[in-house]
Parts: sequence; structure tokens; C-alpha cells
Amino acid sequence: MSVDAHRDDTGARMGMWLFLFSELLLFGGLFVLYAVTLSTHGEAFAAAGRELNWVLGTINTLVLLTSSLTAAIALSAVQKGNSALALRCLWGTLALALCFLVIKYVEWSSKIHHGLYPGGAQLAERPEGQMAFFNLYYVTTGLHGLHVLIGGALLGWVVLKIRQGGVHRSNFVLLENSVLYWHLVDLIWIFIFPLYYLML
Amino acid sequence: MNDTNSQHILSYALLLRVWAALLALTVVTVGISRIDLGALNIWAALAIACSKGTLVLLFFMHLKYESRLFAWMFLAALCTLCIFIGFTFLDVLYR
Amino acid sequence: MNSAQSEVNTNFLQTPRKGLGSWIFSTDHKRIGILYLCSVLSFFLVGIALGLALRLELFSPGPTIVSAQTYNSLFTLHGVIMIFLFIIPGIPAILGNILLPLQLGAKDVSFPRLNLLSWWLYMTGAALALLSLFGGSGPPDTGWTFYVPFSAITTTNVSLAATAAFVLGFSSILTGLNFLTTIHRLRTPYMSWTQMPLFIWSLYATAWVQVLATPILGITLLLVVLERSLGLGLFDPGKGGDPLLFQHLFWIYSHPAVYIMILPGMGVISEIIPVFTRKHIFGYKAIVFSTLAIAFAGSLVWGHHMFASGMSDTAVFVFSLLTFIVAIPSAIKVFNWVATMYKGSVTLAPPMLFALSFIFLFSVGGLTGLVLGAPGPDIHVHDTHFVVGHFHYTMFGGTGFALFAALHFWLPKVFGRMYNHRVATGAWLILFTGFNILYGSMMIVGMQGMPRRYYDYLPEFTLGNQIATAGSWLLAVGILLMFGNLLRGCLRGEPVGDNPWGAATLEWTTSSPPPLENFIDEPEVTRGPYDFKGVNIS
Repeated sequence: MSVDAHRDDTGARMGMWLFLFSELLLFGGLFVLYAVTLSTHGEAFAAAGRELNWVLGTINTLVLLTSSLTAAIALSAVQKGNSALALRCLWGTLALALCFLVIKYVEWSSKIHHGLYPGGAQLAERPEGQMAFFNLYYVTTGLHGLHVLIGGALLGWVVLKIRQGGVHRSNFVLLENSVLYWHLVDLIWIFIFPLYYLML
Repeated sequence: MNDTNSQHILSYALLLRVWAALLALTVVTVGISRIDLGALNIWAALAIACSKGTLVLLFFMHLKYESRLFAWMFLAALCTLCIFIGFTFLDVLYR
Repeated sequence: MNSAQSEVNTNFLQTPRKGLGSWIFSTDHKRIGILYLCSVLSFFLVGIALGLALRLELFSPGPTIVSAQTYNSLFTLHGVIMIFLFIIPGIPAILGNILLPLQLGAKDVSFPRLNLLSWWLYMTGAALALLSLFGGSGPPDTGWTFYVPFSAITTTNVSLAATAAFVLGFSSILTGLNFLTTIHRLRTPYMSWTQMPLFIWSLYATAWVQVLATPILGITLLLVVLERSLGLGLFDPGKGGDPLLFQHLFWIYSHPAVYIMILPGMGVISEIIPVFTRKHIFGYKAIVFSTLAIAFAGSLVWGHHMFASGMSDTAVFVFSLLTFIVAIPSAIKVFNWVATMYKGSVTLAPPMLFALSFIFLFSVGGLTGLVLGAPGPDIHVHDTHFVVGHFHYTMFGGTGFALFAALHFWLPKVFGRMYNHRVATGAWLILFTGFNILYGSMMIVGMQGMPRRYYDYLPEFTLGNQIATAGSWLLAVGILLMFGNLLRGCLRGEPVGDNPWGAATLEWTTSSPPPLENFIDEPEVTRGPYDFKGVNIS
């Protein structure tokens, strides 16, 4: 019984997509809360939203979009048999992921420094809508950050596999699926960014 | 299984063009958000986010090149999410 | 080569590797199915013990055997165990795992290692749930629904129990995506979509609900845990949150979860009825359609759990209307089963007895559901024992009896041995009688006004409660007898042939127990799943 008899790359991708749907719905619960709180606490909610640093948010968006580009190029490169380029691109993605998290850290710590965190003294004095905004902000970006970490770990593992020769031109579904996961992380951020940083 | 290794290798140039479009849309959405358009701000931001998301799905995630089934599945998931949000508003809007 | 060949040919119970390790690290879908069989049924027995204790406490008004706080923990744990550890994984994880590849003519599921991971996650979740009984400030006392604000402020081990449910949900999602991929990708090329057994269709619809609805529960419970640990407050009106949103999010999952529980049961019944009436199933396509319709419409009705919560009248109206609409595809199924039996050659073998009682009990459960789906009557019986009786008729009388039917139907295939039919029939009779005494009288006292989850009650409810408690003993005797008989049958029963019931689906064309990779030769689909012409009992 060789391994190849069981191999079904399309099936593997389908499984990954289905998993991504469940991730989408996981964030979906938070989007439900966002939509409802925005409609019930409109003004105060928006006032808190304007306190976020949209410049840092924009930079992070650009960082994440670029990390998706390098991930996509890495896949094309492996498909073309250019492992060296793929590795360089994946390192790029990992570096950008780190950059994203560092910026996030700066953002969070400046807010936390001002006492704006769940259970924080400053936040407790704010109007209800503002508290709700910051609570949602921390949960959503925190959960997203966790996904950046998981995606980064996955891609790091793939880097190892490419170097060991386990992922190559005729067997790259592991890379494909990890890259899919990474794009989902990007996709969710594409929606978090305007919802939290821009349109309020 | 014959379709197992049906590869769609996207050219670097195409990926770069998609990336450029994504960056451009980001600039546009930030620009629009700095102008006060009232409720239109929200819809503009969401519309741009949707078009960015579509680009990522179709090209970066290869949805355009997968079998049609994948797209249908994705739509099913998306509709489910919309229903969950929409039906919650049946309560929230009329409470 | 030779030894490898013979290994493929021997049945899956007798591979050369022995010992516990060859089971708990096996990626064979049949072995994983049996792992689930043992673990799920063990937790079922724990849940039964808790339920019996609950009934015993309610035998007389005032304190009977436990304190009020212990009573709260008992019904919480009874609910958590029965819902998350028994009914939700019950049919899909046990029989879905064993049968899905067999009925599709495949060697295994798409992701065998992920399948094993699902079982380990299940066991992890189960361990966490049991751990929540000990230490800290006592077992959780919120009820299995974890409603805020109480779940956010009680000092008992709610966080641990919620984490357990989160992990179990993850296991459920992985099983669902595995099944979906398997059905799409590994179905034998000879089998078209409309030649699939109806059980597969029901697993397909279920798996979609598992993948799309379970994450909502995950995030909801996560938010409760964060509220408890970090003071997050998204459900706390003092912090701009909304406790009703918890109920929305909770039921967005937990109502579709009802269909995760019942759809596979309906699939089982659709398999069993044709075999024991020797007739093609009536309205195959209508059943497929109604299966998908239930999965879809079932995701639109979560608000009917919240009629008494202060939700808007518009929402009450829409959710009530949609609830009545779900009754249509459910009724289509019942009519089709009955029409299948019409003028058929009915054999009352044990699987068929359980299947027939499923139709009766599920109909009672479904029709009392319409009482609750109408907002007016619902206000009257909301949170009474009527509700408890109703959902035990659907969940236990429905899914539970379908599981029992399925075990009686397929265990001879899995183990190649037959249980004692007379004992099985006797056990069924005791079980069925005890069931109706227990939950029937619960519905009556509920209608009279006995609230659910109350430790104490007014003296006028004493008689109804005592009858119910007596029924619970009968029920327990029936279940023990049934499991004892099944266990004995699996281990030491008479050996049976490959197709003891004369069924037409693919799993009966291979040997009993099936070989390691399910089929020695690639199976061919020469007949429809319910085409019994020329099928012999062997």
C-alpha cells in the first residue's frame, strides 16, 4: 500500500476550505456582536472607534496584504520548482507577520497604558457604548492575532518541510493549505480594518 | 484521480497586479474615510472591503481556478453568516 | 507482499498488532468508530446515572436525597454529558465513522489521522467536563445552557465546563469536515449522488451544520470564559453588552445542533424501514430534499427558544412562523416511512421495533413541539416539565431510539455475531414502556405548572412526579438489559453471515466483520440502495 494510492490533493484542499468556513463563522459571531452594538450604541461606539490609531491600522493592512503576496508567490514558485525563491518569500511572510504583531503590540500597549482595557479603571468610567467598543476591539484583534501566530507557525513548519524536501514541485498541498490559511487571516483583517479603524 | 494534480500556476506578474490593486483600494478606503459622507462612509468602506476580499479569494486563494463546487460551498458559508447576522436584527431593530 | 496481502484480507478486529495501542492510535475508521462506541456509551451510562439521581430527588417534595446545590449541579452535568458527550457525537461519530466509507465503497475517510485527532479531542473535552466536577468551588450549576448573567458570576467551575464544550465542538467540526470531504471525494465512481444511501445524505446535511454552526458556540463560550476571567462584559448591560445576545448566539448553534442530533437518526430509520418491509423506500428524492430542507430551515428558527426572554414581537412572529415551516419536511419524512410500509412484508425484528417506536415517539415530540412553537401556548408552558418531556421525546425518543435501532441493525455487521432476539425484544418493550411513563407524566405535570430545574415542588405535583420516577427505573432496567444483550451478542453471540437482514446497501456486500480495507475487490454498484430484488439473506 503506497502512500500515493491514498493521495487526493483536491480533497485535502476541500477539507481546508471547509475548515476555513468554520473559522469564518467563528469570527462571524464577533461580527454579529459588532453589528448589534453599533446599531444600539451608535454614537458612543463610534466615538471610541475614532480613538484608534488609523495610521497604524493602515500600515498593518499594507503589511498583511504584502505578506499575502509573498505567500502567494511562494506557492507559484514551488509549483514552478523554484524552492529557493519560495523559501525567500516565506521568510518574507514570516518577517511581515512578526512586524504585524509588533505594531499590534505597540497599539495595544498604548491603549492599555491609558487604562483602556477590559476591567481597566479608565475604561470603566467611559459611557457604555465605548466600553463595548473596546471590549470588542480587544477580543476581535486578539483572536485575529492568535490566528496570525497559528498561521505563522504553520508556514514556519512548511519552510522546514521545503528545506527537507518534503514539499516540492509534485507534492505541495501542505504549502497550498497553509497559504490558504494565511490568506484567510488576511481576508478577515480586510474586514476588521475598516470596521474598527475607518468607518466610525 | 486525474484532477488531483491539476495545477494552476499563477504568474508572478498577475499576483503583483492583484497586490497593487489591493494596496490602491486600501489607499482609496482610507481617503474616503477622511471625508465626511454620513452614512455613505459605512457603505463605501464595506463595498471596498468586499472588493478587496473578492480579489484575495479569487486570485490569492485560487478560487477562480478551483472547481465550481468550491465557490458554491463558499457562498453557502457566506449566506449562513449573513442569515445569522440578519435574523438577529429581527430582534434588535424592533425591540 | 504475501503477508501484506493477507493482512489486508483479515478482518479489522484481528490485525496482527494487539493491545490498547492498536486501538487508541488506530487510524482505521472502523476502529475509531468502536472507540467512539465505547466512550460515548460509557458517558451515556454516566448521564443515565445522573438522570436517575435527579428523578429520585424529585420523588417527593422537599429534600429527598441531595441538597439543592447538588441538584443544580446534577441537572447541569446531566445536560452537558447527554448533549455534548452523547447525542451530538452519538450517531455520526459511532455509526457515521463505521459506515460512511463502507456505504460509499471507500477504504477509509478522507483524513484518517484527523479522524483519530477528533476522537482524542473528544476524550480531552470529556476529561475536562469530568474534571469540572472536582476542585474549585464545586461543579457547575448553570444548566447546560450556560446562560448569562448567572454563568458569568457563579463561582462554580463554569469556565472549565465551557472549555470542555469548546473542545468537544472542535472535535465535532473536524468530524463534519472529514465526512463532507469523504462524501465528495471518496464515493466510489460507480455511485451517483442519487444512488447514495439516505443515511449518507443525512450525514451530509448534518456535517454542514456541524461545520457552519459549531464555531458560533465556540466564540460564545469563549466570551463567557473571558467575561469570567478578564471582566470583558460583552454580555453585561452595565458595560454596554447585552445578555440577550448571549441567548441569540447560543441558540444560533444550539438549535441547529438539535438537527445535528436528529438528522442522522432519521437517516438510520430510512435505512431500516425498507429492509424490514422488503420495499423500496417511498419517495427517495423527497426524503433527500427534506433532509437538506431541515438542515437549512433548522438554522433559521433559533429564536423560538427565546419567546419569553423579552425579544421583539417581530422576531417572535418570524421565528414562530419559520418553526412551523420546519414541521413540513419532518412530516414528509414520517409520511414517507409510513408509505414505505404500506402493503409491505413487515418483519418485526428488533431493529424494526426500535425504528417503529422512533416514528411514534418522534411524532409525539414533534407535535408537542408545535405547542411550544406557537408563542401563546409557549408562554404558558415555558420552562416547565412540559418542555423537558417534549425534548426528551425528540432527543431520546428520536435520536436515542434511532441509535438503539442502528446498533441492533449494524452491530452484527461490525462484529459478525448476532445478539439474542428474544431478549432484545423484551428489552425494547421494557424500555419503550418506561420511556412513555417517565416522559409522558413529565409532560402532564408540566402542563399542570411544574417548573423545570426546580428542586422543590408543590404537593399537588407529587403523584405525577412519583409515576415519572417509577418510569425512570423501568427505563433504566430496559437500557441495561439491552446493552447487556448487545454486549454479549458482540462478544459471544452466534456467528452470522455477511447479510443477515437481506439489505441492499454496499456494506452488506463485504464480509462481517469487514476486512481491514473494507472491500477485497473494488465494490461495484449493481443495484440501488433499496432495490431488494434477488437479495438473499446470508
